Amino acid sequence: MTATQTKSHTIIAWLEDKPGVLNRVTGLFSRRNFNIESLTVGHSEVKGISRMTFVARGDERDLQQVETQLDKLINVVHIADVSQEPTVVREMALIKVATSGQTRGEIMQLVSIYHASVVDVDMTSLIIQIVAPEDRVDSLIKLLDNYGIEEMVRTGQVAMVRGSSRHGHSHSAATVAANGNGNGHHA
Amino acid sequence: MSELKTGGQIIWESLIHEGVEVVFGLPGGTILPTYDDLYKYNYPVHHVLVTHEQGAAHMADGYARATGRVGVCMATSGPGATNLVTGLATAFMDSTPVVAITGQVPKTLLGRDGFQEADIRAISMPVTKHNYLITDIRDLPAALKEAFYIARTGRPGPVLVDITKCVQQDSMEFTYPATVNLPGYRPNRLTPDAAVIDRVARLLNEAQRPVIVAGQGVSMAKAEVELRQLAEKANIPVATSLLGVGTFPATHPLSLSWGGMHGEAYCNYALQECDVMFAIGARLDDRLTGAFSTFAPKARIIHVDLDPAEMGKNLTIDTPVVGDALLTLRALLPQVEPNEHPAWLGQISEWRSDTTERDILAQETDELVAPYVMRQLWHATNQGDCTVVTDVGQHQMWEAQYFYHTKPRSLLTSGGLGTMGYALPAAIGAQMGRPQEEMWVIAGDGGFQMTMPELSTVMQERLPIKIAIINNGYLGMVRQWQDVFYNKRYVGTPLFNPDFVKVAEAYGIPGRAVTRKEDVFDAIRQAQNTAGPFLLDFQVEEFTNVYPMVAPGKSNADMIRRGRPVEN
Ligand SMILES: Cc1ncc(C[n+]2csc(CCOP(=O)(O)OP(=O)(O)O)c2C)c(N)n1
Ligand SMILES: [Mg+2]
Repeated sequence: MTATQTKSHTIIAWLEDKPGVLNRVTGLFSRRNFNIESLTVGHSEVKGISRMTFVARGDERDLQQVETQLDKLINVVHIADVSQEPTVVREMALIKVATSGQTRGEIMQLVSIYHASVVDVDMTSLIIQIVAPEDRVDSLIKLLDNYGIEEMVRTGQVAMVRGSSRHGHSHSAATVAANGNGNGHHA
Repeated sequence: MSELKTGGQIIWESLIHEGVEVVFGLPGGTILPTYDDLYKYNYPVHHVLVTHEQGAAHMADGYARATGRVGVCMATSGPGATNLVTGLATAFMDSTPVVAITGQVPKTLLGRDGFQEADIRAISMPVTKHNYLITDIRDLPAALKEAFYIARTGRPGPVLVDITKCVQQDSMEFTYPATVNLPGYRPNRLTPDAAVIDRVARLLNEAQRPVIVAGQGVSMAKAEVELRQLAEKANIPVATSLLGVGTFPATHPLSLSWGGMHGEAYCNYALQECDVMFAIGARLDDRLTGAFSTFAPKARIIHVDLDPAEMGKNLTIDTPVVGDALLTLRALLPQVEPNEHPAWLGQISEWRSDTTERDILAQETDELVAPYVMRQLWHATNQGDCTVVTDVGQHQMWEAQYFYHTKPRSLLTSGGLGTMGYALPAAIGAQMGRPQEEMWVIAGDGGFQMTMPELSTVMQERLPIKIAIINNGYLGMVRQWQDVFYNKRYVGTPLFNPDFVKVAEAYGIPGRAVTRKEDVFDAIRQAQNTAGPFLLDFQVEEFTNVYPMVAPGKSNADMIRRGRPVEN
């Protein structure tokens, strides 16, 4: 057997917006022992189609299994591993940091270096919002930790391929929604 | 305006549209409106009342395996639905097309933990190909249409449709949809690319020691003839998986029988030594391969399957081929060159003669052993002109070893899940689907008792099923593991059995106990000559083991073999 290398892959899946669909996806991940680092879901540009971005770690076999098993779910319309493509990958985090009169200025400096923003202020804390690639979010969090993080929430990563859409999945999803008859499975 | 139909009526009319003739089920509160509509409709579909919903699911499964059509079962919510689960999992593992319809509590009670509520959609998710919870009658026709479509197309499997009681009682105008809207489902019958076919042909043409491994997918694609043409054209020996038994005649000179944990030794040797393996319609699971990393170490493996997720799932594949078995074989045949492989076939026949020597039937014993029963049954059925439905355990392995299957779909068995209790209900379904077929159940004394009450279903439907119990007084296969791996500590495996002939009698089924070799054939003949069902209780030697045997997690090269007759 060839040596196996584990890597992180960013994968986008387009799902029919049907009841229980997330249940199916997460159930599959846990049942098949897939190693998922982050997962986010939201609306896509097509009504009735949700877009999920997830980051999976594994060797080539694991990744091939993630993709093919997921694709087998009836409500999964399309799936694409965009790890090898030029992509914009972003994550958002809200971080509540404890502040005092002395530290507020230092923190504001960090916020501006990281192109983050302050979205709430009171006497003893700040809420900072950052939208950035994961490693930059990590690095800001590490710095803010020195001041005492009171609360934090991260969205997980979302991804989009740069340039005009070569995948065509959004188009196929649009076609599906438009003609209402999928690939025309005449039974 | 056309007339309004109730949800219950829509269910029955949809089944009729799908050509369903029989439904296996058992009613309860939340499915009652649908049962009531059956009465009002004057029984357009034959309903078979079962004694346990597990039986209903196995019957639908047996019906589907015997006919190739979708089997249908029905149950009420809560315990009715959960009782189906073992049968659904059995069908899922073996890719059997089944549609299960369950009642669910009314929408207003969903999530309130009311009487007989169970979230069967969530429970059945990992053991169905797809499932639905219908809470609005407007979604019902499409869901039923899709359920049948998904169950029978692509890689088949079970689909469950859970329908709230209020949907069954609601009404609407009904037309059965002509098409399905499933943008994420593309079950096309693919022909692989020409370049892939070229590569496969080249590998086969250059092979010195080629082997074909054929699975159930070959029968599903109805490609048995093409499989045989390929084997004969290039003189390639054919092994099958357990579910593939019958796809290639076991009596054919190129047959290697079947391989794996209890496969023939010469078959496993051939699989281990081959240089090119052409696996088609078989998912190559651990029971066939032994430890994955040790399987067929010298082989370049070509894997043909219509399910892309099977490619490389367990093994490192040289040439994955995503395609329909029939279309792939048709494309491949003209490019495969005639070949003789004399050295390779000679080697295999040498291995085979060693197996013959270690055959349990070659051992001198007066005791009644199960393999003897299997062989006699094969003779008595005009060399296997019948369908055999086996349960799970030692008898299942012996049947597959000693009964030569030559017809497709002539062995129905739970291979993937290994579900004890499968045989009797599956045979009921199979017999309903193929009323003219001689139908044999072969079950262990343990597994038979798991679904034994379905004997009443046999009588209720007046089915001429012949039942052979291989009565060894033990959960035999587990006892064998205890013998080999746990130093003969037989914990929880000796059985306290009823008198099976008396049990049968209580149901009105005639029977006969057999304790001596010389009575076996005559007893089988008696069963065959009796109109209607018959039960044979073969009281066999208790401690016989199934050989060869590969310890779980070990290599198929390390088979535990039966001693030679002289050494015994
Ligand atoms: C439902 C279920 N429970 C447990 C097992 C584990 N198991 C596998 S074979 C076997 C023994 C079967 O005994 P019997 O039906 O008497 O058949 P025999 O092996 O004796 O031929 C058991 C318990 C199983 N396969 N299925
Ligand atoms: Mg037994």
